[in-house]
Amino acid sequence: MTTLPRTLGADTARLEGREKVTGTARYAADHGHPDGLFAWAVPATIARGEITGVDTGAALADPAVLTVLTHENAPRLEEGVDPTLAVLQSPRVAHRGQIVALTVATSLEAARAAAGAVRLDYTSEPHDVLLGLDHPGLYAPEEANGGHPADRERGDFDTAYDEAAVQHDAVYETPPLHNHPMEPHAATAWWEGERLCLYDSSQGSSTVQQMLAQLFGLGPERVQVTSEHVGGGFGSKGTPRPQAVLAAMAARVTGRPVTLALARQQLAAVTGHRAPTLQRLRLGADRDGRIQALAHEIVTQSSAIQEFVEQAAAPSRTMYVSPHSRTTHRVTRLDVPTPSWMRAPGECPGMYALESAMDELALACGLDPIELRLRNEPDREPDSGRPYSSRHLVECLREGARRFGWQHRDPAVQGRRDGRLLLGTGVAASTYPVMVSPCRAEAHARADGLIDVRVNATDIGTGARTVLAQIAADALRMPLDRVRIHVGSSKLPEAPVAGGSSGTSSWGSAVHKACEGLRRQLAEHDEVPETGLTATADTTEEAKRGQEYARHAYGAQFCEVQVDTATGETRVRRLLGVFATGRILNPRTARSQFLGGMTMGLGMALTEHSTVDREFGDYAERDLAMYHVPVCADVPDIDVHWLDEEDPHLNPMGSKGIGEIGIVGTAAAVTNAVHHATGVRIRALPVTPDALLPHL
Amino acid sequence: MRSTEGTGCADTTTALTLHINGERQERTVDNRTSLLDLLREDLRLTGAKKGCDHGQCGACTVLLDGRRVNSCLLLAVAADGTEVTTVEGLADGDALHPLQEAFLAHDGFQCGFCTPGQICSGVAAIAEAAEGWPSAVTPDGVPDGPVELSGGEVRERMSGNICRCGAYVNIIDAVREAAR
Repeated sequence: MTTLPRTLGADTARLEGREKVTGTARYAADHGHPDGLFAWAVPATIARGEITGVDTGAALADPAVLTVLTHENAPRLEEGVDPTLAVLQSPRVAHRGQIVALTVATSLEAARAAAGAVRLDYTSEPHDVLLGLDHPGLYAPEEANGGHPADRERGDFDTAYDEAAVQHDAVYETPPLHNHPMEPHAATAWWEGERLCLYDSSQGSSTVQQMLAQLFGLGPERVQVTSEHVGGGFGSKGTPRPQAVLAAMAARVTGRPVTLALARQQLAAVTGHRAPTLQRLRLGADRDGRIQALAHEIVTQSSAIQEFVEQAAAPSRTMYVSPHSRTTHRVTRLDVPTPSWMRAPGECPGMYALESAMDELALACGLDPIELRLRNEPDREPDSGRPYSSRHLVECLREGARRFGWQHRDPAVQGRRDGRLLLGTGVAASTYPVMVSPCRAEAHARADGLIDVRVNATDIGTGARTVLAQIAADALRMPLDRVRIHVGSSKLPEAPVAGGSSGTSSWGSAVHKACEGLRRQLAEHDEVPETGLTATADTTEEAKRGQEYARHAYGAQFCEVQVDTATGETRVRRLLGVFATGRILNPRTARSQFLGGMTMGLGMALTEHSTVDREFGDYAERDLAMYHVPVCADVPDIDVHWLDEEDPHLNPMGSKGIGEIGIVGTAAAVTNAVHHATGVRIRALPVTPDALLPHL
Repeated sequence: MRSTEGTGCADTTTALTLHINGERQERTVDNRTSLLDLLREDLRLTGAKKGCDHGQCGACTVLLDGRRVNSCLLLAVAADGTEVTTVEGLADGDALHPLQEAFLAHDGFQCGFCTPGQICSGVAAIAEAAEGWPSAVTPDGVPDGPVELSGGEVRERMSGNICRCGAYVNIIDAVREAAR
């Protein structure tokens, strides 16, 4: 091994930090062109039906408006794998807010005014937009998101539950939630002959390249996508979104570069969101709190045009001892916008329900909620029987309890009062699976002594650029400043999306392999030849390994709340997260990831929700005045800690993903604390003052 | 500069003079143009970001005659004759503004999209507190002299700038350090 100080694991500032604090980092809508045009999208104003008439006369009256694209004149697309990208291809309207026209003009002002002047006639059909436990359209899908089986049965749940000494049966509800990254989805597109070039706000430009190539009938080599800086995504930019397709169409028609930035109010309908869930949870335990029977049954929705099934029961298959288990997903297709990924799909809403139910079971058994979890710690993954590659949930709970001062907690509800404030504390567990995808990378030693490392990773704010440079430096046994890392362009070696908390594992494995190869080459040369030395890597084989283990990250979250008995307002006083996620590669950016996830979880608990408008069929909350993401004043001093976890069954870095686990469990920790403070159990998120006040 | 072919005639445009980051700029703008779009699309100062275009997120925050404003809510014509400082104008050559340094030191950002607005807002918030402006959480009574920027004061004063990545804990540390 080396005597150089290891770069990996060292606190390292973001490589692109200076660009971000000086405003020179360029995002997809920041690439103005002297000849560039501006586009503006027109959303459908009916929930279901058909466009019967198009009148663009008024819109085109302004000479600044060059064209208005609708299904009547837009370029025809090839069939793709994502029906939400078949924009302007048919007069059918599948949901309100679907994009039905696009104006293109020489100024943003003219494009926007023209969008308001487009006249569309519709034939409206009755719409069905409300989810219910008994919705007649519910069916069992073939699988849920992530390839999880829709249903799993182990043992004999019904008998075991009937015979259980302690039973808990409740329905937990999570509302539709919206990702709302700070950067609205945007693209700038132009054509160079038969070659499509694009700046896109995306979590993975290799994916955008492939899917746009398919839609426009081009070879992938004729589509070039750059996503150098991306203003957050949280899943909503994990697949191409309509702005990329529309900008490319408009550029094709006009022959000029076109920028389309969707308006904030348009995002809720066309860029994905977390689907609502109705989750029935039944826990049957013996008097000592040991779970005998567990059923977690999900009811959720998707749109008429695409099936997406939030895999909310998945964590119940892996978390706790459950000799008799039933986990199911049912979905119905409504005339609503299409849901998709939002930070920790499945785990996030599922663990809210499971960890709430565990809190209720602890009370029913007269046990401390941490003790209940310790008593239900499995030695193998219940669903698969596989051994865990590493699992330190117990240690997270114990370390968190110590740091939080849990031992001083009075288990009695409504036990602490400070004037008109009721105080309480709560705990919940977190988990997120380890995922990894095949990836390619290239490392090139230059004659000047620097190393170019190329991989089409995307830094959506995670610090990917920085940690990949650290991985490269470490594998090369060189200082960080000799590495030049290149990410964010489809010209680079193909890489998977920044999603599933798998970016660093996937990209990092390929970077590590390429750099190890280059290091071997360098060892065989006294000096680098003028043309340099190059090593490439493809981790298709490595990505298949490790399946003999159940691999998950774990954490424990602790929360203290105050509830105002006069207003019903809940405020978080303290939030602590302790995580066991393999090796932490950059403590600075890792801490920020955990903080960010927990902050988003706080919003899920207390402020965030979208409401389907029964009459109009779309979401009532479409902007940041209506959809309440946490602001600075909502967020207390959050404490983040992690355990040193050695796990040889992961990847060369020994790391698990950290981008999503921070949001998992937070909401339950908050609502369990609300119950401890008030004695009131709200089983539908978020816990807003109007939900709580009538019970105080 | 962007093409203006076909846009506007004399009665829908206005000639303006602004001083932006210390430079005099003369422009004839479409009367519908917001200050944000003037900065971003005409002057190519894309540091100020469009997060909502409705004054809800703060990503477009710039300093107008030294005070923070949401540049998306201001028509460019209303800014005629003003001095505007954007995030691009905060550093002194290669020497970053102390708040920019503090954001780097405390990892006060992730994706970076809200960062220009956060920093402009923070610069003004620090100035407001130094001038003795109270906030909603300042104890009753007109403060005598500068308001000390406690964590609570920074949380309140920076709540017009949303960060979806959730960097608030670090932003608070950065603003407090720069205020010292």
